[in-house]
Amino acid sequence: MADVTLMKTPAETALAQAFESAKTSLPGQTESRAQAFEQFTQRGLPHRRVEEFKYTDLRAMMREIAPFAGVPAADEVKAALAGAKALAGVEALQVPFVNGHFVRDAVDFHNLPENVEIVPLAEALADGHEWLARLSPVPWANDNPVYQLNTSFMADGVMIRIAGPVEAPVHLRFVTAASSAVATATRILVVVEEGASVTLLETHESTNGANHQPNDVIEMIAGDRTNVQHVRVNAEGDKALALSTLAAKIGGEALFNSINVVAGSATSRHQVFAILDGENTNLRVNGATMLKGTQHADSTLVVEHAAPHCESRELFKTVIDNEATGVFQGKIIVPHHAQKTDGRMMSAALLLEEGGSMNNKPELEIFADDVQCAHGATCGQLDEDLLFYLMARGLPKKEAESLLVQAFLGEALEFVENEAAREALVGTVEGWLKARS
Amino acid sequence: MLEIKNLVVQIEDKRILNGLNLTVNKGEVAAIMGPNGSGKSTLSYVIAGKEDYEVLDGEILLNGENVLEMEPDQRAAAGVFLAFQYPLEIPGVASMTFLKATLNAQRKARGEAELTTPDFIKRVNAAATQLEIPKDMLKRALNVGFSGGEKKRMEILQMALLQPSFCILDETDSGLDIDALRIVSEGVNALRSQDRAFLVITHYQRLLNHIVPDTVHVMSSGRIVKTGGKELALELEANGYADYRETEAA
Repeated sequence: MADVTLMKTPAETALAQAFESAKTSLPGQTESRAQAFEQFTQRGLPHRRVEEFKYTDLRAMMREIAPFAGVPAADEVKAALAGAKALAGVEALQVPFVNGHFVRDAVDFHNLPENVEIVPLAEALADGHEWLARLSPVPWANDNPVYQLNTSFMADGVMIRIAGPVEAPVHLRFVTAASSAVATATRILVVVEEGASVTLLETHESTNGANHQPNDVIEMIAGDRTNVQHVRVNAEGDKALALSTLAAKIGGEALFNSINVVAGSATSRHQVFAILDGENTNLRVNGATMLKGTQHADSTLVVEHAAPHCESRELFKTVIDNEATGVFQGKIIVPHHAQKTDGRMMSAALLLEEGGSMNNKPELEIFADDVQCAHGATCGQLDEDLLFYLMARGLPKKEAESLLVQAFLGEALEFVENEAAREALVGTVEGWLKARS
Repeated sequence: MLEIKNLVVQIEDKRILNGLNLTVNKGEVAAIMGPNGSGKSTLSYVIAGKEDYEVLDGEILLNGENVLEMEPDQRAAAGVFLAFQYPLEIPGVASMTFLKATLNAQRKARGEAELTTPDFIKRVNAAATQLEIPKDMLKRALNVGFSGGEKKRMEILQMALLQPSFCILDETDSGLDIDALRIVSEGVNALRSQDRAFLVITHYQRLLNHIVPDTVHVMSSGRIVKTGGKELALELEANGYADYRETEAA
């Protein structure tokens, strides 16, 4: 095998060239980037014969690589942030990024809320900040090609330390404003210290519909007795190819609640890699995905119950209109020592028309003998009898369908604790349904 | 008000209604009684517009308009209301949200202004009090976890709010205890008016003690085989449907 030269696709060649020219200009040491890129190169862009990418063939989907975005000009930043809409009505500490670069001026570092510390990543990488050692809290994420690409190209981001309870949410707002396609790679690290609590909002959008290629990673280290509420919204333009990863390591007796709402992108893949690292922790990972046209959205989830007595609940709801494609891959791993694990994973898809498709792949890997684990996957159409009932009461068909779709997605949204955010998400669903009719 | 002429309906190649004729006048309460499988529920679904049924012949005129050409929601806006035998549970849709959506959809279809929230709540509360529906029931998802009696009361609440001109009660008495039967019947009786007609479908005479009909029709093998006054119901209760089943076998 060693003598075989693998043929590179044009996209892989472009990535190699991009890395070659960028590696010296990207902040920080090139060593770890080079290592990650080397690992990526060994296997290249994952394709359908790679089990984890069977339903999302990145080699086929990434034919071209957009140029990596530079630091935007001040007026571009201003216009981008003025036009940002995602979760705009939710009062929060704004931590904005434009074209993948942290907008430093938008944050008043001298008046940060109590218990919040923010360090710009580009500077931290350049200075060799001590927190950098805490990046990559989920070791096996390093084997993932999407994550490897992010490690290779990450240009900016922030590191946030939450030292205690934080009242108002922290809103990581990503806006891509470049007029033609750009690639971005951002990395966020959030360290939530023992006993601390925070609500993190994360939104991704574009001021134009260009075929941007964001690759975003958010990493979280949540200590014992922490409470983390994470709401992520993919409201990217309708040509974007959006790759994202949440890698979280969660301590004992903690509450960790994450939801990803997909309302944009031509192609998206959101990966959640979580390790439950202490006993009696409660994890909830939800997804609410709305697809139309020929959109493709992949939700991939791996939860490792590394400690006993933990509970995890995963609920993914996907609504598929027209000829769109949904993917759910979820895996719960329970090593032999993680007794009394209670894990339940469910993926439900609703196909509104005949041409759509859903690929469900729930998996359980259980080595302990005293656990309760279950998974389920359903795929169906709107219930004709329910539609008739609603129509017989006077609702026109589209309205009846909308009400049932809202109810279907509502089950995933109801766990969002922040009321304003939850209402904004309900509004996102309503907006999607309105655009449909 | 409602005129059904020679209605022939089948479902999956099985003939259910065989040239049914029926007239219900304004202000009239008509009861339809008949054995299992005689086509009573099919008739109610066909009037309301359920898709599964194939209408081969005949027409259904509501105030002179053929409803067979209308979608179920258009029929509702035209005044048709079907109180379901088995009201459906709709998880995730709060009862109040549902009520408001239906009420406003019908008003919109009729070119009326939407109700303001205070006006809407006032109307719901008034109807709920009369039907002894507790407020917390209205906060729950529609019919989810409701008892049989609660579901039927919720149907009548909808009827009271929507103020339809032609109401079909499809075995509304099934699954009701004596108290619930009384409450539901009182709710229906309160809605009786000169401008509103009812078609009450039931197996048993019991319901008709509470909702006293003007006319009673006997249905068998997809046809009305006998029509009489309220005393016909008592006769059926005493003798059963045996006399009419023979028609079915023939």
